Amino acid sequence: MIVLEKRPQPSRAWSMATPLVAVLATMFFGGLLFAALGKNPVEAIGTIFWEPLFGEYAFYYRPQLLVKGAPLVLIAIGLSLGFRAGIWNIGAEGQYIMGAIVGAGVGLAFYPMEAFYIFPLMVVAGALGGWAWAMIPAFLKVRFGTNEILVSLMLVYVAEQLLASMSLGLLKNPEGFGFPGSRNLQSYGSAHNAELIEGSGMHWGVVAALIAVIFAYVLLNRHMTGFHIRLTGEAPRAARFAGVRPARLILFCLGVSGALAGLAGLFEVSGPSGQVSIDFNVGYGFTAIIVAFLGRLHPVGILLAGGLMALTYIGGEIAQGSLGLPAAAIQVFQGMLLFFLLALDLLTNYRIRAARKEVA
Amino acid sequence: MSTPLLSIKGLTKAYPGVVANDNVSFDIGEGEVHALLGENGAGKSTLVKMIYGLVKPDSGTMSLRGAPYAPPEPRAARADGIAMVFQHFSLFDALNVAENIALGMENPPAMGDLAARIREVSETYGLPLDPFRTVGDLSAGERQRVEIIRCLLQDPKLLIMDEPTSVLTPQEVEILFQTLQKLRSEGTSILYISHKLEEIRTLCDHATILRLGKNVGECTPRETSARDMAEMMVGTALKTPQRAGRAFGEIALDITGLSVPSPSEFGTSLKNLHLTVRKGEVLGIGGVAGNGQDELLAVLSGEILTAADAVKKDGQPVGRMGPTARRRLGLLTAPEERLGHAAAPNMSLTENALLTGSVREGLESNGFLKWAETRDFAERIIKAFDVRTPGPENAARSLSGGNLQKFVIGREVLQNPDVLVVNQPTWGVDAAAAAAIRQALLDLAARGTAVICISQDLDELMEISDTFAALNEGRLSTPRTTTGLTVDEIGLMMGGAHGMEVAHV
Repeated sequence: MIVLEKRPQPSRAWSMATPLVAVLATMFFGGLLFAALGKNPVEAIGTIFWEPLFGEYAFYYRPQLLVKGAPLVLIAIGLSLGFRAGIWNIGAEGQYIMGAIVGAGVGLAFYPMEAFYIFPLMVVAGALGGWAWAMIPAFLKVRFGTNEILVSLMLVYVAEQLLASMSLGLLKNPEGFGFPGSRNLQSYGSAHNAELIEGSGMHWGVVAALIAVIFAYVLLNRHMTGFHIRLTGEAPRAARFAGVRPARLILFCLGVSGALAGLAGLFEVSGPSGQVSIDFNVGYGFTAIIVAFLGRLHPVGILLAGGLMALTYIGGEIAQGSLGLPAAAIQVFQGMLLFFLLALDLLTNYRIRAARKEVA
Repeated sequence: MSTPLLSIKGLTKAYPGVVANDNVSFDIGEGEVHALLGENGAGKSTLVKMIYGLVKPDSGTMSLRGAPYAPPEPRAARADGIAMVFQHFSLFDALNVAENIALGMENPPAMGDLAARIREVSETYGLPLDPFRTVGDLSAGERQRVEIIRCLLQDPKLLIMDEPTSVLTPQEVEILFQTLQKLRSEGTSILYISHKLEEIRTLCDHATILRLGKNVGECTPRETSARDMAEMMVGTALKTPQRAGRAFGEIALDITGLSVPSPSEFGTSLKNLHLTVRKGEVLGIGGVAGNGQDELLAVLSGEILTAADAVKKDGQPVGRMGPTARRRLGLLTAPEERLGHAAAPNMSLTENALLTGSVREGLESNGFLKWAETRDFAERIIKAFDVRTPGPENAARSLSGGNLQKFVIGREVLQNPDVLVVNQPTWGVDAAAAAAIRQALLDLAARGTAVICISQDLDELMEISDTFAALNEGRLSTPRTTTGLTVDEIGLMMGGAHGMEVAHV
């Protein structure tokens, strides 16, 4: 029989190794899945992990990695703060949408004026939009003890309806021949989140993501607030004893994650996407949850995990195109990654042992 | 000598990393009250679990009246006439006494018959108990009676009792002892587990002493002094805490008319509490667990806020202040629960030092943490309080209970508090560590700190406190000078027999 035995303290080695082992296990079982679908598993795995980085068309895919990875990292960093403290913001997708709507709205309000301060104003507005949307579950939780998981998730669907309404109404392009969607911000210089270096994929969102990683790292490791966040997650009673005010922590964590999700939305709408449209959101807010856990809620881990998720996204698209793999298979593949990561997480705190037969 | 009732030979049980019992042998005679004595972690619980069939030994044999005895499960042990009263009761609050007892039986009789038998047994043994009362309304002593009667209904040959007096007032202990003596006179053997030496001297015929899983000695308690038994238990000579004569200063902490509803449904609300502690004074607060101890600590630590002037430190109202503000003023606390309340189990000792030390030790500036200083602080605690650990980077949960307790108490003591409140400072701690902690509290008082020690260990309170009060159902008795207090008086302060009648055996 196999028994699990609690380690006297968490294993540092395993906590580093589990993401790697999880990736390898995902490659193996994902390979089996692709084989069962009648594809060559080695080729499929190779396409997903190799093509975007070193393949023939890597010059096109590499910038895409940054474009896809930046919002994931930005949102996941915010979520990880709350997750560390046991505050579960599941509604980053909604906050992302609201950031985009408010930020783009501010930009479009100035159209067609050109000024250097328009884009910075949009950035602030985007962050505020996401923050305000996250404050709804935060306030309800603090004031009435509601469940932030449910409230934040429900608000995603409200935000989606609002997005549709904006695309069809208030923010609709007056010169758009009746098509839904706002003016394209890419063709409005002062509001365009352009690439900082031509062809690199590097836009302000990537810079913001990197700053967020550093900010979160310093906060968690060097600041009292970060210590209180970790303490609350580890031992809520000890946190209250240490003087943490739970309400303040809830407002802080949900606020920061909302603001970062809002920023991600703003950078997306003013850059790669260009316009507010009905199908603007593509699930970054939900995928970021996976990224946060894949990165073990550690800022540097999240940076790496965001890169990995972006890779499976782009690699998956290539595999769909060139090998004819169904999109669902790619999603299963991504799901496997989270599953193995969470399952193997156990090894950090437990060791597996073959149980000895007990002598009667 | 006739065949002993239960004979244990060479019992050994190892768990990964620790040998809980190493070649333990002893005999329990018919009609004998046999004490099993040892510190926490000495292996007493593992041993009785093997006798009761909950744990299987790695090697060694047991025989019951000469026949081999190896119960595969508690049911078999019960069938052979072994019964056990656990330290923690397994009763359903919402059911009545008879229903609870029926639940533990193989073939429960009709409820009316069972109730009649419960009445009969309870009267025979001087344990009055109404079979139709709801368990949730019973005191700890009465709950224990339910467990004892449940065992007695099986007509046991050997009754195992695990730390039975830890939840009782002195008066309730008296009733229990009369019952046990009556059982003995009828030929029932009792295996009595405890670390309270005076009790064992009063009650037991024979004692086996365990230390670190080994049988280190036997004695006849009546003929052995408590000190000698304690030294056998600990293995070294014990240091009795020294208290220097000292004068008390001004009032450091003042609680006036404090009433607080408990935040938890099963907690105890505090009702109209009054107390004062002067500088240099140790106030001992006794009482059976669950009478408001946790709530009192939370009120003082700032986890529960009260009316501002219900709690005053040096005349300044602090009732509305949170834990951090109170620490800044020099009011420090150490809760009972080490893991999860006083310390975060998965965090390192350095991080745990920061948990309460940040304000007074200057471990942060503008919110930024000074890890080097924090590590120094953790190392100072480890050194000053002889905490056994490879270093401050180890997780709190890797420490033994006694070592972590030394760390948690040391963390507050080293911050030079004006007022220190501790709850159960030596609970689950070995005797040597307990003595060190008590000495630290006395030293602190000698330097002018006002100390409040909440504890269920009356011996501890008698040893260190200048003034004594007891919590009973959320009310605090009037504090009295400890010197000259009799056990009877203390018992009455603790709520006497909690409404139970004294047995007439």
